[in-house]
Amino acid sequence: MLKPAAIVGQLILYGAFAAFIGYFATSPKYRQIPDDVALIKLSISHLGDRECRKRTPEELAKLPPNMRAPMDCPRERSDIRLEVDFDGQPAFRTVMHPTGLYKDGVSTVYKRFELKAGKHQVAVRMNDKLIKPGFNFSKEAEVTLVPGQVMVIDFNPDHGGLFFK
Amino acid sequence: MSLHAALRNGTKSVFLRFEEALDAPFGGEDNPLRHLGALGLYLLWITVGSGLYLYAVLDTGIDAVYRSIGYLSSEQWYLGGILRSLHRYASDGFMLLMLLHLVREWSYGRYHGFRLYSWMTGVPLIWLAYIAGIGGYWIVWDQLAQLSATATTELLDWLPIFSEPSARNFMAPDSINDRFFTMLVFLHLGVPLLLILGLWAHVHRISHVDYLPSRRSMLGTLAALLVLSLLKPALSNPPANLATVPGDLGFDWFILFIHPLTDLSSPALIWTLLFGLTALLFILPVLPHPQPQPVATVDAANCTGCDRCLADCPYAAISMQPHPRRPGWQLAVVDADLCAACGICAGACPSSTPFRRQETLLTGIDMPQQPVNALREQLEQALAQFTGRSRIVVFSCARGADASTLAAADTAVIPLLCTGMLPPAFVEYALRGGADGVFVSTCRSGGCDFRLGERWTSERLLGQREPHLRKTVPAARLQLYPAAAHDSRNLANALAEFRTRLESVSSEKLPPYQRKASYHA
Repeated sequence: MLKPAAIVGQLILYGAFAAFIGYFATSPKYRQIPDDVALIKLSISHLGDRECRKRTPEELAKLPPNMRAPMDCPRERSDIRLEVDFDGQPAFRTVMHPTGLYKDGVSTVYKRFELKAGKHQVAVRMNDKLIKPGFNFSKEAEVTLVPGQVMVIDFNPDHGGLFFK
Repeated sequence: MSLHAALRNGTKSVFLRFEEALDAPFGGEDNPLRHLGALGLYLLWITVGSGLYLYAVLDTGIDAVYRSIGYLSSEQWYLGGILRSLHRYASDGFMLLMLLHLVREWSYGRYHGFRLYSWMTGVPLIWLAYIAGIGGYWIVWDQLAQLSATATTELLDWLPIFSEPSARNFMAPDSINDRFFTMLVFLHLGVPLLLILGLWAHVHRISHVDYLPSRRSMLGTLAALLVLSLLKPALSNPPANLATVPGDLGFDWFILFIHPLTDLSSPALIWTLLFGLTALLFILPVLPHPQPQPVATVDAANCTGCDRCLADCPYAAISMQPHPRRPGWQLAVVDADLCAACGICAGACPSSTPFRRQETLLTGIDMPQQPVNALREQLEQALAQFTGRSRIVVFSCARGADASTLAAADTAVIPLLCTGMLPPAFVEYALRGGADGVFVSTCRSGGCDFRLGERWTSERLLGQREPHLRKTVPAARLQLYPAAAHDSRNLANALAEFRTRLESVSSEKLPPYQRKASYHA
């Protein structure tokens, strides 16, 4: 039979256990970014271009009829160069490498940028065929970010290349 | 002393103090700190039970999942709402107890030797518990789920395991679809199932497992969680919206603490910490530690194959096999890798009775470092040297309260590997040999380093377990006293009280036993 003091002690300790669980299950509150900041997520997944060569008629003639593809394309993909500027200032520079043992997979990048809410000039440039100089894709626009907003910079060749969402 | 040993001993000392303090209101059987594993498992069963209901009523779909869970809290608070809260709070409690269990076992040095298997199988369970816990938060698909999903995938993407960043799945509101939740629910069922399977393996090599804590502990814990669920029901945050970053969120620090930690540092540091800690836990057993004690040995000539050692061994280190020389007989066989060298088997062996007339007492199963023959010799020597009015033999646990300070002309102290190695017949033997009383200082209930020593000792001496103390032994001449490491003063007081009681006791003394003419009577 439990003594009254033991019962009171148990009640206090079970109460303390429940209070501890209850408090840290929801408190203190957590906020990932300050309330006057917006988030830009740069996320691109793209297959770099390949350096293809047109086969000569002689070469094609030597091939079996069922294998006479006019273009000779290597398996490897090109690296991709990417540059991001915010308000005219360089924010991010990278060269994305193709994935896969044979470097024939997609090149990817994922990066988060925290910017103060307000108007910003965002410029993105990309070159997916590094044997050619310059950038074959680019996108520049003035965006107005509201606090807590998530803006995505992505790439889709079927939708005109680089885009902001 | 190495830094590791100092840290371990310091932590152990803190645990001991708290455990001893909690014995006052709870008693050993209900003391939560002495049964962290069983209590954790109980919380897991509450989580599983409440989760089954939540699974049954959950609609999987981007909006449906949030709506159906919200419905439980708002419209069906009396059942679904309470079960949802229990699910959350029990899982939080499980995480807390799991970590306490880990730290306690480490501080007690229970990670090498015969405990190696339990330690090694326990480490992956921590990962499974956190995977299940974090995944569970995603199912609600509120802003907390959004934060956790995004943060977890960003953390995972630091590892070179995906060809495309998995965080791309949470880029924009149209990135995910209903099937994602179907997969998530199955994941949240599958990982806990693996966890339960892992827990089975974790306790597989010990016997008499406490799968559940005492009934009073279960009722108390459930009542505490129910009251918490009623006073502070678990609620969803606003629905997820991947186009915005969540604002201030009620945050579960037991399960999701890793996200703020990542935000404060970097994924590289977090993975280094996680893999580093895991590796450290795995290599702990190979760090320098005390040499293992010699394990129990079986004497085939004296083993009757009664299997009492098999029934009492706390670590399932004993098995019975056909006797090599006696057809139809069984023989105990000790698995050296599992033997804890506690001597409980020697205490269980009926052949360990000191009344046997052999010059050298050979028993069926014995401890090389403290054979029952040496124990009998030590006792006979002490009995022969006794002086004083009330002569008491104290059998104490070498790992419990220090009883050596009690030794005096009228008090003989015989430390044992564990009081579980005391064959009950030794009590009668001491009383027939000239002692007025026998004082057995066991560990406190639930505090035995070998799990069951104190329990078996009590049950045997109280006649509830074989081999039992004969009923002819006057109960007034035997005192069982549960003492923890810091109980030396209480032990002295209890012995003094016992002595006073013995001096006033009127029960007849047992007639002397003359084992051999050359021995005392």
